[in-house]
Amino acid sequence: MLRAIARRWRNGREVFAPVAVLLALLLAWQLTVDWFAVPVYLLPSPTRIVGAVWAVAGEVTAHAGATLLTIFAGFLLSIVTALPLAALLTLSATARAAIYPLLVLSQSIPKVALAPILVLVLGTNILPRIMVTFLVAFFPLVIATAAGLSATPRELIELGRSLQATRLKELFRIRLPFAIPFVFSGLKMAITFSVIGAVVGEFVAADRGLGYLMTSSLAFFNTPLGYGAIVILSLLAIVLFQTIVVLESVLFPWSARMRT
Amino acid sequence: MIRIEAVSHEFGEDDDRVSALAEVSLTIGDAEFVAVVGPSGCGKSTLLRLIAGLIRPSSGRILLGERLISAPTPDVGLVFQSPTLLPWANVLDNVLFPLRMLKELSAEKIERARELLELAGLAGFEQRMPDELSGGMQQRVAICRGLIRNPAVLLMDEPFAALDALTREDMGQQLLELWSAHPKAILFVTHSVPEAVMLADRVVVMSPRPGRIVDIVNVRLERPRSMEMEADREFQSCTRRIREHIYGGRRLANAARNRAKVA
Repeated sequence: MLRAIARRWRNGREVFAPVAVLLALLLAWQLTVDWFAVPVYLLPSPTRIVGAVWAVAGEVTAHAGATLLTIFAGFLLSIVTALPLAALLTLSATARAAIYPLLVLSQSIPKVALAPILVLVLGTNILPRIMVTFLVAFFPLVIATAAGLSATPRELIELGRSLQATRLKELFRIRLPFAIPFVFSGLKMAITFSVIGAVVGEFVAADRGLGYLMTSSLAFFNTPLGYGAIVILSLLAIVLFQTIVVLESVLFPWSARMRT
Repeated sequence: MIRIEAVSHEFGEDDDRVSALAEVSLTIGDAEFVAVVGPSGCGKSTLLRLIAGLIRPSSGRILLGERLISAPTPDVGLVFQSPTLLPWANVLDNVLFPLRMLKELSAEKIERARELLELAGLAGFEQRMPDELSGGMQQRVAICRGLIRNPAVLLMDEPFAALDALTREDMGQQLLELWSAHPKAILFVTHSVPEAVMLADRVVVMSPRPGRIVDIVNVRLERPRSMEMEADREFQSCTRRIREHIYGGRRLANAARNRAKVA
């Protein structure tokens, strides 16, 4: 009996222990704010944050939807650009020599700082936000995919060549499937970066979205709603990341197994 | 039959040229099992890649039957040191991979794949994924993949080197069984002298840099071979002769150096 409880405790520990700590921290936060009567514009209590979000739930959902749209558009754009570019870098030594250093160099540009310029060029619409998202999400995906495409064992490439595979066939039948675990690592980074990119885009120029909700709420000292926007953003990022994890384990279980 | 006629191979360009193989000539019969042993850098793997047409010889020529090998050919089976299975495909699909690549898949060939897997002791594992198999089982799948097109020649590049010693011995015996069911020319590169003698009809001994054939040892052990034959006089004398070629030169050199020190 005792042993069974001990075992169940060990099994559940990994889930319950962090949840318990989180609840304890939230409780401490709540009690501290209440006891010391911290002004709400400085630090709202967790219940005030939940209350503030709940009061304008419909509006918050609309803002979240707008941010989600930007994230998806930027993320998809980075996928359709990164995968062919990675293939090109792998197939052509000339292309690699020409593009790769520039690609790495471009990463020293603080892309967040490009946001105002993008607004200037593309106008005050969703486009500059999508572009910022794309710019931050695209790089890790190219690098991860290119690494995956060149990680194929030499023997497998030789086997392909002995089986009369053309370079294109080699790419699609051997290199690309081999790169799937790498691509998914890249996708996980890209989706996380997409959330950041979308919010930064909204900071600079937007009339909707969670980033806009945050800045506008804080500008009017509606601190609880500002905090609420951050919480929802974090939840969004977690859900999107886990969606990719689940997609990988459903579509390519062998790839997910290679990680463990 | 494979005929290797005065084949030399050099890597690199101009001043950085390294001679990997020098004037290698060898003929391998249709159902002959030939092992190649030699220290690292004797060009054993280069020889296999030349026969597969993956690289071109700097001079000399290689004939597969009557045909000159001048490009990668699907008519040789390849087995490498690591199984290099496709991690996304199950066991059966891994064996069928060469057929898929060459668009030669048929119901009959799938049946052949199943028979090969059964012969390799992998019946019931057709739907398993490579990461669910042990190293020895993965390598057996790789051997089935090498045999699926029933090639005239099977080229094996240290196929058991990554396995533990016991699995390795066992795999050797299983390979011999597969071979007697589907006789073909096998060129088997290994670092293990006893393994070469246990498996092969002839053992080609090579010297390093540039790789040359030093000796060809005929192994007159009867078939089917068994592990007990390691106690045979013939087995002992073959391994001794091969080891003398490999270590003998070094021992002589050491003796000379020691004498020089004394003097």
